[in-house]
Amino acid sequence: MTVTISHYLILAAVLFSMSVAGIFINRKNVILLLMCIELMLLAVNFNFIAFSRMLGDEMGQVFVFFILTVAAAEAAIGLAILVVLFRTRQSINVEELDTLRG
Amino acid sequence: MITSLLFYAFSLILVLSALGVITSRNPVHSALFLVLAFVQSAMLWLLLEAEFLAVVLVLVYVGAVMVLFLFVVMMLDINVEELRTGFTRYVPIGAAVAFVVVLEIGHVIWFRSQDVLAVATPEPYPAGYSNTQALGSVLYTEHVYAFELAAMILLLAIVAAITLTMRRRPGLKVQNIARQVAVRREDRVRLVKVDPVTDSGTSSNQSRIASNESRAESVDSQTASNASVSVSKESVTDSKDPGTGD
Repeated sequence: MTVTISHYLILAAVLFSMSVAGIFINRKNVILLLMCIELMLLAVNFNFIAFSRMLGDEMGQVFVFFILTVAAAEAAIGLAILVVLFRTRQSINVEELDTLRG
Repeated sequence: MITSLLFYAFSLILVLSALGVITSRNPVHSALFLVLAFVQSAMLWLLLEAEFLAVVLVLVYVGAVMVLFLFVVMMLDINVEELRTGFTRYVPIGAAVAFVVVLEIGHVIWFRSQDVLAVATPEPYPAGYSNTQALGSVLYTEHVYAFELAAMILLLAIVAAITLTMRRRPGLKVQNIARQVAVRREDRVRLVKVDPVTDSGTSSNQSRIASNESRAESVDSQTASNASVSVSKESVTDSKDPGTGD
């Protein structure tokens, strides 16, 4: 049984839906939410690379390169915001973060 | 054959580690499971012959981003048990949503595009093919503006992360190098005029100096009028800094 593109797409779908479920069940912990978002981006990158491979076009891989760049920047800024949040509120529970006031 | 075997092995570990990310009790364990998931994804990307991106994924994600995650997880003092209340209550809805999502995507992939995708078994590239070279020849010519923009985004991330997390705690003793360099002689050295010593000193201080000096043979007014140097004990470190705005 050879591995086709569909296998990779199904794997990416499973990965994506698992991270969606992770966002649901870990909805109080901001760090785990960020990790689930990283996992989602990974699943999307899987799709890009699989289609790039199928079509024989490098454009998809270029896109993955930029997604990786933006995701790294997003993770850095998100974690910085998280650190500032924890300093001011002493908590990262999402349910307690219901004010705009710092 | 060996490729499909590797694909199933890596996929199994990837799915299990993703499960570990979303269900483990400790956030540190979640971060380490996420590292495992990234490594397995890099392996799968190698199977897809996207070698450059696989190496970049390991270097950037495992080497930098996940280390950042681990730093933050370990730095913050988080009450894990409080954050996990309601965990089991939300498992059914999470599993249901995940099932629906995977059903939708699987439906699209398997049934709507069976004729297009199922036959698309990618042929391996020829022996002299370099994925890095192919990617670079596209990246630096057609997409060079996007490349520069990505560099600007990274710079923005550096500046934003540093300005967000930098703080000046009050009462912290830090070295103010600008003030140290800008110091002048008049700030540190004070010339004190000492009265010439006479035998009939009036104040007690002068009489003590005089008694000391009298052991020396020739006490004249010239030696006593030498300025004694006293260094003011001005502290080098300044505790109050100008930027305590927060």
